[in-house]
Amino acid sequence: MASNGIRDKVAIVGMGCTRFGEHWDRSIDDLLIDAVSECVASVDGFDRQDVDAYWLGTMGSGTSGLTLSRPLKIANKPVTRVENYCATGSEAFRNACYAVASGAYDVVMAVGGEKLKDSGFSGLVVPPASNDGTASDPSAPAVFSLLAPAYAKKYGISEEQLKEVLTRIAYKNHKNGALNERAQFRSEVSMEKIACSPIVAGQLGIFDCSGVADGAAAALIVRAEDAHKYTDRPVYVKALSFVAGPAQGPVDPDYDFTSFDEVVASAQDAYRQAGVTDPREEISLAEVHDCFTPTELVLMEDLGFSERGAGWKDVLEGAFDLDGDLPVNPDGGLKSFGHPIGASGLRMLFECWQQFRGEAGDRQLEDPKLGLTHNLGGQPGACVSFISIVGPDLEA
Amino acid sequence: MRGIISYGAYLPRHRLDRGAIRATLGQGGGKGTRSVAGYDEDTTSMGVEAARAARWNGGFAPTAVHFATTAPAYADKANATAIHAALGLPADVFATDHVGSARSAVGALRAAAAEGGLAVLSDVRLGRPGSADEAGGGDGAAAFLFGEGDGVVAELVGQASATAEFLDRWRVPGETASSTWEERFGLGQYLPLIQDAVTRALAAAGVQQPDFVVLSSPHARAARTAAKPFGEAAADAIEPVAGWLGAAHAGVGLTHALDRAQPGHTVLVVSGADGADALVFRVTEAIAGRPQGRGALDQFAGAPDVDYATFLTWRGGLHREPPRRPDPVRPEAPPAARAAHWKFGFVGSRCTSCERVHVPPQRVCAGCGHTDEMAPVSLADTPGTITTYTVDRLAFSLSPPTITAAVDFDGGGRFTCEMTDCRPDEVQVGTRVELTFRRMYTAQGVHNYFWKARPRVTSAEVRACENGGRNT
Repeated sequence: MASNGIRDKVAIVGMGCTRFGEHWDRSIDDLLIDAVSECVASVDGFDRQDVDAYWLGTMGSGTSGLTLSRPLKIANKPVTRVENYCATGSEAFRNACYAVASGAYDVVMAVGGEKLKDSGFSGLVVPPASNDGTASDPSAPAVFSLLAPAYAKKYGISEEQLKEVLTRIAYKNHKNGALNERAQFRSEVSMEKIACSPIVAGQLGIFDCSGVADGAAAALIVRAEDAHKYTDRPVYVKALSFVAGPAQGPVDPDYDFTSFDEVVASAQDAYRQAGVTDPREEISLAEVHDCFTPTELVLMEDLGFSERGAGWKDVLEGAFDLDGDLPVNPDGGLKSFGHPIGASGLRMLFECWQQFRGEAGDRQLEDPKLGLTHNLGGQPGACVSFISIVGPDLEA
Repeated sequence: MRGIISYGAYLPRHRLDRGAIRATLGQGGGKGTRSVAGYDEDTTSMGVEAARAARWNGGFAPTAVHFATTAPAYADKANATAIHAALGLPADVFATDHVGSARSAVGALRAAAAEGGLAVLSDVRLGRPGSADEAGGGDGAAAFLFGEGDGVVAELVGQASATAEFLDRWRVPGETASSTWEERFGLGQYLPLIQDAVTRALAAAGVQQPDFVVLSSPHARAARTAAKPFGEAAADAIEPVAGWLGAAHAGVGLTHALDRAQPGHTVLVVSGADGADALVFRVTEAIAGRPQGRGALDQFAGAPDVDYATFLTWRGGLHREPPRRPDPVRPEAPPAARAAHWKFGFVGSRCTSCERVHVPPQRVCAGCGHTDEMAPVSLADTPGTITTYTVDRLAFSLSPPTITAAVDFDGGGRFTCEMTDCRPDEVQVGTRVELTFRRMYTAQGVHNYFWKARPRVTSAEVRACENGGRNT
């Protein structure tokens, strides 16, 4: 038994991504059509009829493959709708890649979309499953806010220092997002404004939280050997890792709220698949799940970018800034894009796609070699974690 | 010898200064304070807390649960069954409600006394804003386990009743406030009824002058007038601070008397509601085993004030702007029934292979991975320590902000739950907590009962009592 991976077996040859934001004038159908159309148009001469199968990721904007086939009039082709919490869009991508790698299909499209704003609610709302009324229902900022005091206590830093670190993360992501025309929020936000924003839960102010947005994104996937038939600048899949944890953190006295075990496990798996031994050195850019600022802090350590207990220093030293040695969330992250669940994972891949193709404009990094995308869904101690590693070059 | 084996009282940890009513409305109010059930409490949940406080004298094995209230959380569905479930009682224990009039309390006491049952008396008293009932009412609960033998702490030595049909106080089902006839009419009705019942009960008990007299009546002046001949013995310590507690008032008064009584003392309990009922108890040597420092007024001593707007909000009289979050969804009947031991009894599981404790109960052990090697374990009475917590200003609550805490229980097991009866500045990592049975919310007419944690009362007396007197 092994997680063998599909390193360099499939490639992304086209992508599309809508602007994320409050699309009062767009339905989920519109967003999906827009993302798919842009994806198709990104490949010269490509006809959508040549897509053999679709994977659609959406958490709550529709059920079944009909959510995609109906608006796009996809006639009698396999369309699979997947859901895996905040990793939903990434999960659509992962399964689509496997379908191509297996040889089952030649050309597959992964699509993700979410229409969050129509509900009128603040924050995310997970549709309730059958329930006995005994689960507490804290908000997402509340459960993720638990990371902050736990981290500060474990590593002996003051609440004020930690607040500065979290503020720095939000500042960086908004600064990056200001350079991205597809982001929901396109302004820099001063550290002072971030630090003084109204408290939502625990130590987290409103600027420590990602926004609520609508959006959609899509990727066209083919076998690696076919990639150059579609584009001269394909992006190859180096690793795909996904784990679901045993979800015992909230009920396990040994869990200390300073790490996501699931992320550590999926990172080790992904690095092994991709042959990465020193992620801080080898990864050129990382799109990580900054649902809340303390999440990004902890992820720097769980992903192996920082030593345990040193992530906060690396953040303050600017290591993860756009001009740092490992830019994290160069596109602005969930902080700038909001988090339309089904779309986010593919939006992260879209940043890698643009960076590798030299299309990232003011955010363009110099000669990036490997990009990492990461999602987690759930809460500290009880989550799913997805990691992909992609790059512009085939291993020689 | 037949009588009370053990007893407990519960007053919610919130009080309303009666003067706050007049300050807001320009009418009503008065001197003193009244007790206020929390936004997450009702007669059922307070009944559970009182019953839990009544488990100190040996094995707690009532043959029946008789629940009395004027404010049942449900109609057409028994409320006593939730109390039965929260206490983890076996299925062959009968459970029923006595609801409507404050006299239902006497019905529950008589039924429990007759068969060794548990009487749970609980009430939430409301009135129209500015009314005497609003200011003079209060919320609370008491519970009495009856039985026979050497464990009896207060022998029932006499009782008598007088019944009469007349219109003094009434309320149509569904209304929250009751109406009353002109005061002097009720006074004239009640006084002879009370005198009759008291005379016959004392005669039956062979008691001339009781040492303690507990008088309760929805007709406040009747109670005061009837108390006068007994002087200090009939002083009501509960009403001035907590209000008249409806169906629970005589019961809470009785617990207060029993907390102070010495062996040989007699206690006369009188209820003047739709007639009059008198019960006479004689305290025995076994009273020495009673807990110290957990009486109704002890619990209420540190209760913080709620403002009048909060009081109205909690009782449904002010519909305030909710957060932009989905309304709570009602718990579903089949999953709630499947999880009844967990939901109502906080029964988790302990792995018989590796001893790891799981709350909620699991089939597959998170420690050793073994499947279906679990034994049930209730943590409802197990204290714990807050390992981390957060203050949630987004989640829905009638009393925002919500405090959510991860609690590590003594002896194993962690559960993340809501905190109650505390402000954010009263919670810290390391705070000792205990569980309390609450109504989490009501959705689509379904009351969602479950457990929350509250900061633990940690007086030396309580610790001593728990170490020495905790039943198994």
